[in-house]
Amino acid sequence: MADTVPAFAHGAHPHHEVSFWSKYVFSTDHKMIAMQYMFTGLFMGLIGGYFAYVFRMQLAFPGVAVPGFGLVSPAEYNALVTNHGTIMIFWVAMPVLLAAFGNFLIPLMLGCDDMVFPRINRLSYQLFLLSAIILVISFFVPGGGFGGAWTAYPPLSAKAEYSLTPLGSTLWLVAVTFEFIAFLLGGINFVTTVMNSRAPGMKMYDIPMVVWMIVVASILFMASVGPLIAGAIMLLMDQNLGTAFYDPDRGGDPILWQHLFWFFGHPEVYVVLLPTLGIVAEIITVFARKKLFAYKTVLYTVFGTAVLSFTVWAHHQFVAGIDPRMAHIFTITTLLISIPIAELMFVYIATLYGGSITLTTPMLWALSFIATFLIGGVTGIFLGASGTDIYLHDTYFVLAHFHYTFFPITIIGFFAGITYWFPKMFGRMLDERLGKIHFWGTIIPFNIIFLTLFVVGLGGQHRRIYDYTQFPDLARFQDLRVLATVWLVLMLGFQVVFIYNFFRSMARGEKASNNPWKANTLEWSAASPPPHGNWSELPTAYRGPYEYSVPGREEDYWPQNVPG
Amino acid sequence: MIESLVPAASSYAADIDALFTLIFVFVGFWLILCEGLFFWLIWRFRKKEGARGQYITGELKSETRWITYPHLLVLVCDLFIVVGAVKVWYDVKQYLPPAEETVRIVSQQWAWTFVHAGPDGLLGTTDDITKVNELHVQVDRTYHYKLESTDVLHSFSVPVFRLKQDAVPGRVITGWFRPTQAGEWDIQCAEICGIGHGLMGARIYIETPAQHAAWLMQESPISIAAVTRTRPAEE
Repeated sequence: MADTVPAFAHGAHPHHEVSFWSKYVFSTDHKMIAMQYMFTGLFMGLIGGYFAYVFRMQLAFPGVAVPGFGLVSPAEYNALVTNHGTIMIFWVAMPVLLAAFGNFLIPLMLGCDDMVFPRINRLSYQLFLLSAIILVISFFVPGGGFGGAWTAYPPLSAKAEYSLTPLGSTLWLVAVTFEFIAFLLGGINFVTTVMNSRAPGMKMYDIPMVVWMIVVASILFMASVGPLIAGAIMLLMDQNLGTAFYDPDRGGDPILWQHLFWFFGHPEVYVVLLPTLGIVAEIITVFARKKLFAYKTVLYTVFGTAVLSFTVWAHHQFVAGIDPRMAHIFTITTLLISIPIAELMFVYIATLYGGSITLTTPMLWALSFIATFLIGGVTGIFLGASGTDIYLHDTYFVLAHFHYTFFPITIIGFFAGITYWFPKMFGRMLDERLGKIHFWGTIIPFNIIFLTLFVVGLGGQHRRIYDYTQFPDLARFQDLRVLATVWLVLMLGFQVVFIYNFFRSMARGEKASNNPWKANTLEWSAASPPPHGNWSELPTAYRGPYEYSVPGREEDYWPQNVPG
Repeated sequence: MIESLVPAASSYAADIDALFTLIFVFVGFWLILCEGLFFWLIWRFRKKEGARGQYITGELKSETRWITYPHLLVLVCDLFIVVGAVKVWYDVKQYLPPAEETVRIVSQQWAWTFVHAGPDGLLGTTDDITKVNELHVQVDRTYHYKLESTDVLHSFSVPVFRLKQDAVPGRVITGWFRPTQAGEWDIQCAEICGIGHGLMGARIYIETPAQHAAWLMQESPISIAAVTRTRPAEE
């Protein structure tokens, strides 16, 4: 191993030469690990987007060969929808939002030179990469990729005679398990670093909200994933060693898996939501030139959300055969969680009041997160209410609802973050005009696609079906399916604008100053891009992160590191 | 709202639709309010030459009430929704009205087998009528269903009834429905169950008493044994 880079004392000698291998492959530098996570996540995102293209084409034009794929068989269709979901949540949302932004931002925003456990950090990425490779291999093994939905309910996922994908199911499960372990390692690092490595003078209430949110998300992940790892190992043994944890014929219970899965699965929604909420908080304060409305309220609301999120899981199982009396409890807890989330939305909207708002590309993304996530949030009420969930469960209404949460979280959150921190990451500015074309080319199709799918879902269309024209009552929605597919293709096409803008700006964009947005947080006091070790002299914090438009000051911002 | 897209053909379908409409009104109110305020603020506080942002901490009582009052209102809306949801759920899933007839539903990869009680109205007798992917019921008659699975999870979903219930291998799940409108509609499997999941549809024939009697006559009392891998129903 080429680990010759000392983890500490960077400030003393920031200009030491390192080899290609230790700089790019076996790096312990948090910024390089962030980039590794980000590019791996984006590559997986391209696969996930391609899968969506293939199965949407099959739905719009059933039985017609899809350009770039060919004819889609039912088994392939199931594998495509299963792995689209798995990839987008575990291999895009998690690495990009939590790991990439977490790794890049935590040391820079806290004013330290690196994570406290740089080698655990490196191990975390290596395990993550391994998990991604295993997942990709699982698509090509005999029998094909796993097709039992991203929730992998047994007995379908447990027995090859039911799933018909003996190798695909096992590799899928192994990949997911490795991914969990990678994020456990990452989480330990994030929490420890934030608790121990803050700049002198940075008190708990001076920590930028995005860092708090990533910490809470990491704690949430670590606290919820244990039962699922245990569950995954039991499922692995059911698949390969003939045990019967989930086999009702031999005393097991398939519902057990659902509890273990959703006990993790629902907090997981907040694990990916929180980093994006943090990113949005940073961006709207900067471009509205406003202090974040009620910092402490936001923080305690987030803690409250995190605790409550452990009590709502069975709303995914209302009609799964649980005791019907249990539904009442989970309806109440689920509707209760609407309160902190509504509170956060109110706070963000209130932050805009009295601002001086500039609609830059990052600001457009951050604002569009609020506008679209509101729709995702309110449509969740229909599903949390047990009475209406009887009808809506496992329909496209659910699908449209969670795409109205996960798309703003993952895709909009990523674009908000990358357009905002691009100058810090790469030392150059993105092109604003291309950025705005890409923004509108993404946000308009997104809304058309999923508003359409809400209607189809209300019409009773159930999920994960290869060809809806086989169902006499559903065939009439074919025009809407075509509409959604056409706009999806358009939206995917607009991503080319982003990719071009991204790589062109990285090479030839306008040089960025250290603080192009006139922001307060510490990362903007480092060079763009920050060198190995981040600062030659580590900064000191003198105030909170959101002191914008402070009366009596000439400048309308007041960086955390500026004395006075 | 839902009934404009899908007919309501069970006694509780209208209740579920009404709950949906209730939630829609509450949620629509908040959504329009929030989005309206949001876009207005963006326009009202757009950057203007010479004007600076205001310094508002959001920690004074006079400021936080802009959050706390709406917040309490949301809580009140939630209470209404909880009451509605609990009531509808209780009626559909928890309370079991006495059955006038019982039908046994067996799901398997990838077909539905419906065992109808036959002319004597009793299940488990020799005149039972077993049909694959065809469920025949009569309007204004209360049915219990006994839902089983022989292999993986399936989900018995009848959109016109607004009914959905997962089938779990190893268990017999009992529920009820009361058809209210004659017609022929889809039955779906709403839980992914393998490569044939997309084809696992069936049809429900809701018949008037006269039509149903004619169907019973037409079916021979000795049924075709279509159930292959099933366990006996537990009564």
